[in-house]
Amino acid sequence: MRMSPLCRALLTAGLLTSASFAHANNLVYCSEGSPGGFDPGQYTTGTDFDAASETIFNRLAEFERGGTKAQPALATSWDISEDGLTYTFHLREGVKFHSTDYFKPTRDFNADDVLFTYQRMLDSNHPFRQAYPSEFPYFTDMGLDKNIASIEKTDDMTVVFTLNAVDAAFVQNLAMNFAAVHSAEYADLLLKAGKAAEINQKPIGTGPFVFSRYQKDAVIRFKGNTQYWAPEQVKIDNLIFSINTDASVRAQKLRAGECHITLNPRPADLQGLQADKDLAVPTEPGYNVGYIAYNVTRAPFDQREVRQALDMAVNKAAIIDAVYQGAGQLAVNGMPPTQWSYDESIKDAAYDPEKAKELLKAAGVKEGTEITLWAMPVQRPYNPNARLMAEMLQNDWAKIGIKARIVSYEWGEYIKRAHAGEHDAMLIGWTGDNGDPDNWLGTLYGCASVDGNNFSKWCDSEYDKLVVAAKRVTDQEQRSELYRQAQVVLKREVPITPIAHSTVYQPMRTSVKGFQISPFGRNSFIGVSNN
Amino acid sequence: MLSFIARRLGLLIPTFFGVTLLTFALIRLIPGDPVEVMMGERRVDPEMHAQAMERLGLNKPLYAQYFDYIGQLASGNLGESLRSRESVWKEFLTLFPATVELALAALLFAGTLGVIAGVIAALKRGSLFDHGVMGISLTGYSMPIFWWGLLLIMFFSVGLGWTPVSGRIDLLYDIPPVTGFMLIDTLLSEEQGAFVDALHHLILPAIVLGTIPLAVIARMTRSAMLEVLREDYIRTARAKGLSPTRVVFVHGLRNALIPVLTVFGLQVGALLAGAVLTETIFSWPGIGKWLIEAIGARDYPVVQNGILLIACLVILVNFTVDILYGLANPRIRHQK
Amino acid sequence: MTVTSLDQSLLYPSPLKEFWQAFSHNKGAVCGLGFMLLMVFCALFAPWVAPHHPSEQYRDFLLTPPVWLEGGQWRFLLGTDELGRDLLSRLIHGARLSLLIGLASVVLSLIPGILLGLVAGFFPRLLGPGIMRLMDIMLALPSLLLAVAIVAILGPGLINTIFAIAIVSLPSYVRLTRAAVMGELNRDYVTAAQLAGASLPRLMFFTVLPNCMAPLIVQATLSFSSAILDAAALGFLGLGVQPPTPEWGTMLASARDYIERAWWVVSLPGLAILLSVLAINLMGDGLRDALDPKLKNAI
Repeated sequence: MRMSPLCRALLTAGLLTSASFAHANNLVYCSEGSPGGFDPGQYTTGTDFDAASETIFNRLAEFERGGTKAQPALATSWDISEDGLTYTFHLREGVKFHSTDYFKPTRDFNADDVLFTYQRMLDSNHPFRQAYPSEFPYFTDMGLDKNIASIEKTDDMTVVFTLNAVDAAFVQNLAMNFAAVHSAEYADLLLKAGKAAEINQKPIGTGPFVFSRYQKDAVIRFKGNTQYWAPEQVKIDNLIFSINTDASVRAQKLRAGECHITLNPRPADLQGLQADKDLAVPTEPGYNVGYIAYNVTRAPFDQREVRQALDMAVNKAAIIDAVYQGAGQLAVNGMPPTQWSYDESIKDAAYDPEKAKELLKAAGVKEGTEITLWAMPVQRPYNPNARLMAEMLQNDWAKIGIKARIVSYEWGEYIKRAHAGEHDAMLIGWTGDNGDPDNWLGTLYGCASVDGNNFSKWCDSEYDKLVVAAKRVTDQEQRSELYRQAQVVLKREVPITPIAHSTVYQPMRTSVKGFQISPFGRNSFIGVSNN
Repeated sequence: MLSFIARRLGLLIPTFFGVTLLTFALIRLIPGDPVEVMMGERRVDPEMHAQAMERLGLNKPLYAQYFDYIGQLASGNLGESLRSRESVWKEFLTLFPATVELALAALLFAGTLGVIAGVIAALKRGSLFDHGVMGISLTGYSMPIFWWGLLLIMFFSVGLGWTPVSGRIDLLYDIPPVTGFMLIDTLLSEEQGAFVDALHHLILPAIVLGTIPLAVIARMTRSAMLEVLREDYIRTARAKGLSPTRVVFVHGLRNALIPVLTVFGLQVGALLAGAVLTETIFSWPGIGKWLIEAIGARDYPVVQNGILLIACLVILVNFTVDILYGLANPRIRHQK
Repeated sequence: MTVTSLDQSLLYPSPLKEFWQAFSHNKGAVCGLGFMLLMVFCALFAPWVAPHHPSEQYRDFLLTPPVWLEGGQWRFLLGTDELGRDLLSRLIHGARLSLLIGLASVVLSLIPGILLGLVAGFFPRLLGPGIMRLMDIMLALPSLLLAVAIVAILGPGLINTIFAIAIVSLPSYVRLTRAAVMGELNRDYVTAAQLAGASLPRLMFFTVLPNCMAPLIVQATLSFSSAILDAAALGFLGLGVQPPTPEWGTMLASARDYIERAWWVVSLPGLAILLSVLAINLMGDGLRDALDPKLKNAI
């Protein structure tokens, strides 16, 4: 038995040293890491979402490819009541769930599936959650657990959401990756079989790709969904995620043709990738911001002049050259220019160490004052190398007589201690979640998040009034005006020094067609082909 | 002999409990918790945090957590990963064969080359070849292998394109994991050329991981061989007029290999440590990388039980070496 | 008292002289010693030897190649790194750190290692088994994983790296000392000292310990070199000494991104590690030959 394939392999050994593949419809994507699992609601990172939400699942609404606008997906349309509290979703007819060796659906997608998906996240006593306890951090983080009052189905194809308070970004939130719609029929089956936990290992969705096999730290395999509701969008037969945590390895594999597309190249590798004529490296301005947060609750950063002085002593251009290797855009405001309501009229303070020195003197800060500068230990989308950036800032600030000591903790610890406010100045950043300005100006600098994402611990009543008001109106013009005013206050008070919006590069072989870079950093292979 | 084995086995029990206590303590001393790590720069909702800690059993007092843990172990349950919510045992089983395959290939490479080089060096003692082997092996022994790996990748994979950059096989081959050993699985599958491709992927990592054992084995073989060649029975064999090859390989090498084999055993721990680095460099889906990442993600059950499994492996190998030693050397056997 | 001329050949050679004769017989060991002396010199006088300050950033000279390559400059003999810092200066200052890490971690594990080993050897029934089980437990965990876990607890940094390495290398000293002590305890001279009424500490430290030093010294040189390797490995995994401190492993890790564009920023720190570890190992070989002929030819 075992001899014959062995013999055959040895025979072919001489003939086939490197395999050549003529299959036209395979796509190998070099991804960043192993996903936690395939139940997107439980997870928070892009790696998890790329592997499950973008491939296997759909959501009621989805972000347009390459944009931040929510558009119909499993819901074909929705109506919003006058008071902005009731949303009625009309569902798409004839959508089929995946048929695999572990599940064969007997019915099409309907309102029960939506109900199951959301009720499970809302209700901690939901039977499925009793059988398989889990948390839904993103759902909680966006405040949906508190804001959704009820979900009802009025008929098989209509679902009504009622809210407690007006949320201008509600549909955007439902388009986020965690809100992937599961099959209620499959869930029932798992529940009855006592295998509820398999929802995280053997996923069933309606998405463009069908889950086939996963080997931790090595590979995830998908098959193109031949029954997809938008069949023209599925152009790949076999989608393969090759898991490689190291960015340089991914770049090398792409050049060697071992994969067709990858993500997050190191800035240092870009030159080589761009020079390769078999590769294309499309680029988009990043939907992110990397910044320095000054802890305003600690001296000397409680004085605005000190913050201003440090702000103008930062040589941003040099940082963008060395840290981002040019793959970044100088940041002026606390959110990226691609976000609607961004205020173009605000100008950055000029780089001026002399004036900074004077400001410090006037503020009574002695030369040689020591501060801590925190640098995260990991590469983030908005900051490819925080330590390097910190070393440069250390140098910049030394010129105005501030001695910065670089402090770094392991990533989880870093955030925890920063929430507790142990830092003087820290490097941090943000990538947009849902395309709404509140996700920047409210989430990052508002009073409500002083114990959370507001790492400057900055609570300014003038600013906060503006952002809170903007969240409660639905008219976009009106909101834009409020957000523009808020940005002026933010720039004046300098709780942060925005450094850069890193540019997103997506290196791929020239054979890959139709890929669009997502502002949210997702990697979606819908509509993508590889010849 | 039996009492010797029993005594040694008796010693294993406290060691085993010590290891459970050590891993338990280590991972809990590390600051930060898994929920925080997962949320990154996002807000951690206190209510959700409390709920998660309760579900994971991390809100109990430490001694209760430890007893839970021991209870779990006693029932043969290694718990589930906090992040993937997959059983630790299952994850270990999917990743361990990759490490073993790599380690065996490295040992094979190191053993074959090391023994041959060592024997020749011993036979030609003082020659240029001997000095060369000794010099090279000391260099190999001093090698920072992560750097060595990077250089080899740059030269052979990126520069010359002779070997693949990373991974275990070209992923366009769809090989169902039957045994987890890629070389065997490729043979079981009917895919043409897959076996050769897997072999291709194995070469460079095996060389990198095998470098230090190679150095150790070459030096060890040489000195053991030199010792044996001085023995009376070799002289007798020579005097009998046996052919030199026969003397060297049948009479000499067989005896010289005994200490070398124990070195093989002792290299297991070193190999596992080396595997951490090698797997990181080559994106090799093995347990070294798994554990390092689990420490980063504060995935308590994975770290605890992963390290425990490795420790058991090391203990077992050392135990076997001990017993073999005892068999070979009665003096040790009767020592208290 | 009259001074009489002695026949020199009847004298015992001084132990130091005897040692040096045996040591210098080994050419490799002398080479290693030479390199080590160079390193020690660099380390001691780094600020004067190094042409530039190790953290000074010449931002107009990012990734300048070494002088013998096209585009190289005499100002930066070995080129510059990703921030335009002089590589030679960083390597010289790095020698300081590597030696410090090696020395400190050896001392930190040698002293408690010897103490525990002596105690375990002198009280084979009472304390010995406990101590030896503890060491077995530590040995059961692969050293690098244990070091990673310890650094994760203490947090990355120079001091913590030293501690982690010291803890990891503790068991080998304990085992070695205990084995040597057990071997010596039955000797006549120990019995004699005991009968003469020597106190326990005297017996431990003055009677027995000096006779166990040879293998310990050899082990110390070996663990000196592996300390440098381990520190570099930790630095490579991002857990060791933190930048901008010019530790070789850390330099290598942060330069790894530039491997294709600027091979020297990756190759030179690695080469520095290799050469210094090799030098120490060569010396270790020589020391072993000179101090402990029994161990000759063993690894």
